[in-house]
Amino acid sequence: MTITSRVWKLGADVDTDALAPGAYMKNSINVIAQHCLEALRPDFATAVKPGDVVVAGSNFGIGSSREEASGTLVHLGIRAVIAPSFSGLFFRNAFNLGLLLLTCPEAERLQEGDLVTLVSKGVQCSDGTILYCEPIPDFLMAMIHARGLMNVLKQRSLGKLHE
Amino acid sequence: MTLISSSIKTPQTLAQKIIARAAGHPQVAVGEIVTCQVDLAMFHDSSGPRRLKPMLDELNAKIWDPSKVVLVIDHYVPAHDNDAKHIVQIARETAREWRLPNVIDSEGICHVVLPERGHLHPGMFCVGGDSHSPTGGAFGTYMFGIGATEMLAVVVTGEIWVQVPRTMRMIWNGQLEAGVCAKDMMLHMIARFGMNGGKYQAVEFAGDAVMALSMQERMTLSNMSAEMGAQAGLIGADETTCSYLRSMGVPNESLQHAHTWQTDVGADCENFYFDASTLSPQVAAPHSPANTRAVGDYANVALNIAYIGACTGAKLDDLRAAAKVMRGHHVAKGVRLIVAPASARDQAQAEREGVMQILRDAGAQVLPNSCGACAGYGATFEDEATVISSTARNFKGRMGPASVQVYLASPMTVAASALRGCISDVRELL
Repeated sequence: MTITSRVWKLGADVDTDALAPGAYMKNSINVIAQHCLEALRPDFATAVKPGDVVVAGSNFGIGSSREEASGTLVHLGIRAVIAPSFSGLFFRNAFNLGLLLLTCPEAERLQEGDLVTLVSKGVQCSDGTILYCEPIPDFLMAMIHARGLMNVLKQRSLGKLHE
Repeated sequence: MTLISSSIKTPQTLAQKIIARAAGHPQVAVGEIVTCQVDLAMFHDSSGPRRLKPMLDELNAKIWDPSKVVLVIDHYVPAHDNDAKHIVQIARETAREWRLPNVIDSEGICHVVLPERGHLHPGMFCVGGDSHSPTGGAFGTYMFGIGATEMLAVVVTGEIWVQVPRTMRMIWNGQLEAGVCAKDMMLHMIARFGMNGGKYQAVEFAGDAVMALSMQERMTLSNMSAEMGAQAGLIGADETTCSYLRSMGVPNESLQHAHTWQTDVGADCENFYFDASTLSPQVAAPHSPANTRAVGDYANVALNIAYIGACTGAKLDDLRAAAKVMRGHHVAKGVRLIVAPASARDQAQAEREGVMQILRDAGAQVLPNSCGACAGYGATFEDEATVISSTARNFKGRMGPASVQVYLASPMTVAASALRGCISDVRELL
């Protein structure tokens, strides 16, 4: 089945404090999620639909170790984040929470409101063009399929995590 | 026929040596993914028990080794409201339930109290539930930040995967001018390489200007490796490292091989050279640490608040540096000076030395030993405030409403700017 996703386009250097604002960090994820990206896109949390994708410039997720920065996007049903580069710490957290990140050198070609399809080699635009994405190691894809590290831990009953 | 003996080691970086030891391999290659045994896991009240306990209970699992866990209560103290009180209460109750032997409660910020209590030494492989965990790298420890779910996996299994990083070596030669600090070196490097220029690889600080720094100044470099997007920010161990650790109670036995935790001559590093003697005090303008220029470029920006706080900028050496500038002076009219010493022990020593009194006489309001305004979790700055801060991050909205303008600088530059009421070159006051 092909799923088409709507693009939400953001700029470069989107930080964790924008994704999960500190003032709401004492609350539960459903509260933090209501404030996701409010400093950059006040309409985002209310208008975004499950299955949509976020497309951003380079260095997405820089800043804090708070995994709620990925958790808010998971909570809002974001299918993937597509960007030329990610913070390494954010990258680990995202896969640990089952959020797919696609490292896509040409992500900037995608525009707000575009409809895209995720295919094996990358992101397919509505005109059929495929934007190549870097391959993801199998053990990280297993975390996406399991919907996060917690489920992997349950399934593997505490075995080696990447084998 | 090729006959390559596996016993002939290629020269290794400090990062490779520590990871190889933790993974139980003779050596590791850059790019290889390995599973490491964790020597120590640190987490705090925000990233720790309140997130870990429900997951641990759901897995019906136990902490792999409570003696290797350190809990620091530093983010939601003092508790400003009932939610914060509840978070701190969960941390304390969970610590009792898990019988954690190492709990540091309301006595300072995790990255400062961890080495202060002798928990880190050269060659260790550690994780922390906080992005500034690379601070531990100043001690020749490979330490990096992880999120709560990954911390859960660590405290259950005792291990974590890591991709062996390349090492970017920042080699600083020459001598810093009076008034120029480690913070200035770091802001300069972040401006040059960008917020993600470290590409989640290892950064290593070296050269005579780095080795001349005190232990806590070195910690400032490693701390802000996070702002360069590096996984770790390492400094090879030397006598400065060992004498600091001995004074914090680390036994000599643990330091016997300390000097071996160095990058080998000929190891494959990317080297970058800097001249410390030509570096000016640096200031990062809103809203990014990478938005850094020499202080003169921001001269005369009028200020409402001067903040000396956080693991980055309120350790004993930071307080001493600020007091050196402020001795006998008072902050300019209209400027509020706030000082939140990074640890209770650092504050007590600063009291003994008269450093705290100098800061109070200058008009400082002294706040508790916690993350305070830096984390943005509790009391933050008011609307429209223009702030100069010795902290690590000036993201829009982090330390208050989106209208707050935060400039980052060294404790000395913050002190000088507080005295003049606008961003100032501390060298003019020394």
